[in-house]
Amino acid sequence: MSVAHSPRTLFAKIWDAHVVATTEGGQFLIYIDRHYLSDDLPQAVYANLAARDLKIRRPPATVAMPDHYVSTKGKSLADVADDERREFVISLEREAKRNGVVHFAIGDPRQGIVHVVGPEQALTLPGMTVVCGDSHTSTHGALGAFGFGIGATEVGHVLATQTLWQTRPLTMQVGFHGAPGFGVTAKDLALALIRQIGVGGATGHVIEYSGATVYGMSMEARMTLCNLSIEAGARAGLIAPDATTVRYLKGRPYAPTGAEWDRQVEEWLRLKSDLDASFDSRVDVDAAAVEPMVSWGTNPSQCAGITERIPDASPSDQIQRALTYMGLEAGSALEGIPVDSVFIGSCTNGRIEDLRLAASIVKGRRARVETLVVPGSGLVKSQAETEGLDRIFTEAGMRWGEPGCSMCIAINGDQARPGERCVSTTNRNFVGRQGPGVRTHIVNPGMAAAAAIHGRLVDYRSDLR
Amino acid sequence: MNPFERVRSVVIPMPQTDINTDEIVPARFMSRARADYGRYFFHDRRFDSDGGLRAGFVLNEPRYENAQILLAGTNFGCGSSREHAVFALADFGVRVVMAPQLADIFHANCFKNAVLPIELSESFASQLQETLRGDPGGEVEVDLEGQTVTGPGGLTCWFEIDAFRKRNLLCGLDEIDRTLGLLADIERFEVRRGPAPEILE
Repeated sequence: MSVAHSPRTLFAKIWDAHVVATTEGGQFLIYIDRHYLSDDLPQAVYANLAARDLKIRRPPATVAMPDHYVSTKGKSLADVADDERREFVISLEREAKRNGVVHFAIGDPRQGIVHVVGPEQALTLPGMTVVCGDSHTSTHGALGAFGFGIGATEVGHVLATQTLWQTRPLTMQVGFHGAPGFGVTAKDLALALIRQIGVGGATGHVIEYSGATVYGMSMEARMTLCNLSIEAGARAGLIAPDATTVRYLKGRPYAPTGAEWDRQVEEWLRLKSDLDASFDSRVDVDAAAVEPMVSWGTNPSQCAGITERIPDASPSDQIQRALTYMGLEAGSALEGIPVDSVFIGSCTNGRIEDLRLAASIVKGRRARVETLVVPGSGLVKSQAETEGLDRIFTEAGMRWGEPGCSMCIAINGDQARPGERCVSTTNRNFVGRQGPGVRTHIVNPGMAAAAAIHGRLVDYRSDLR
Repeated sequence: MNPFERVRSVVIPMPQTDINTDEIVPARFMSRARADYGRYFFHDRRFDSDGGLRAGFVLNEPRYENAQILLAGTNFGCGSSREHAVFALADFGVRVVMAPQLADIFHANCFKNAVLPIELSESFASQLQETLRGDPGGEVEVDLEGQTVTGPGGLTCWFEIDAFRKRNLLCGLDEIDRTLGLLADIERFEVRRGPAPEILE
């Protein structure tokens, strides 16, 4: 038996290093290194633990911050939309304090969306297992960590035991081939992949993204790519750590330092799939053929390049229902569709590079429609302000908000009106996602900015310098 | 958790694929108390903006009022990790969700709420959909102990479930209790590998 020497994937290496116990039925008890607590957990999670007199097993492995219910209009608890929602923000802080869990409160410059803040603070490191009661925990895979979303009961299990019962996922290798064209971002590549394999195409799998296109990406772009893995149904997305990862982490608040830094970097750089490791499936995407993408339907696979038309080959009932909801017709062009509002932000596209791209389109111009720009964290916000990006947006007549999830899930008071067409840098164009009856088109931040300036869907590449 | 017992019931047919958790329970209800959570199950497809019943949606048909089995299209429960989707489904009265494929997080969440998720073969799922189309009041029996689904006319299939989760459901066992029984393994792991980096401020 020389299992340790058989070729393994990056995923298998992280997984194997975290198995605490197994059952004959094929369930694995996995150790969890980092756990993020956010403000949208059902209150019952805390109550159940208290009722059973269970304590948080390892408080310093968990970090808490509110993001879903926080207001973008002000930096205090009083700004939260109503008492019902304020209670979620209050109880998160109360439970964190009571249990000795570090908490980035509203107004703390570090507060923001969990999936923006975790990597930014180096709370997530390569090789870790990372969980949060939020599906976009897949984002953390950009650092070479196995990050995955869990349910509320599982959150309670992690708090009480620092472990989780899991079925071992399958692996999928995704390769992007050819250099992406001018103006094509990680968002567009991810949407092209989801269009190709469907919103359930990677269910049961952990995706490893590899190849020159991926390694050529910045960390921000890698996070966007891994973030959207869940929209293909994947359990997680993963990218092997490389020099870019190490450069990104160096000097961040919770990154190791001194000799410990050197030791860990050496370990991180060994974390990659062996050359002859085999994956359960493989998908190849022709990156050179991808254009800036726009969703036209009610799930992220229903999307197309901006110069394309909505497919018209005898739509199924399901596609017809999506088009009816969206107020669009099969076979019509995407370019030129008038829009009512624009949202720029979220854990998908709320990082500094995203804001820079949007600002490069907006600079010196005026928005024709109501536009909200929300940085992903307090630190992204202050960086953007240092660079003068906030003024570019506000001088264009756009609103510049405080960090949080905002209109991505539309439960903090920011939402569009029924029937409104909203162009958004978020991750889900589901029915009602941005408010009842709202029609969402998901795009990259440059495309969103151009839609705001022109008041309709346009190919932003003609505005991109 | 209540032990899972044999279920015999009419079946709600939802052949549409890729039904997401935002449809199953819109996010704006996530801050509501758990009491009577069943009313939020597919809320925006069941009710119009004035609270009236929308004609034509399957859950509004009187025959499914007490249904305990849902036969869904592939990838049911995709999207958000919100366990509220299972709360709403369970509180509506559904105890078994069957589909050719269920989304990962939703699938895991079912087990925590005494709901049995079953992944059927494509062929059995479509056979069952077809049979129930002709006999919408037909009952299906789900036997977890024997791992079988039996439809009208003796249409039967065996389904897979791992022994650990099966026992938890059948005995109404709580996972935390079972894990705390393995505390020594967790402690050994922490000693051998060292705990994760600690965040203290």
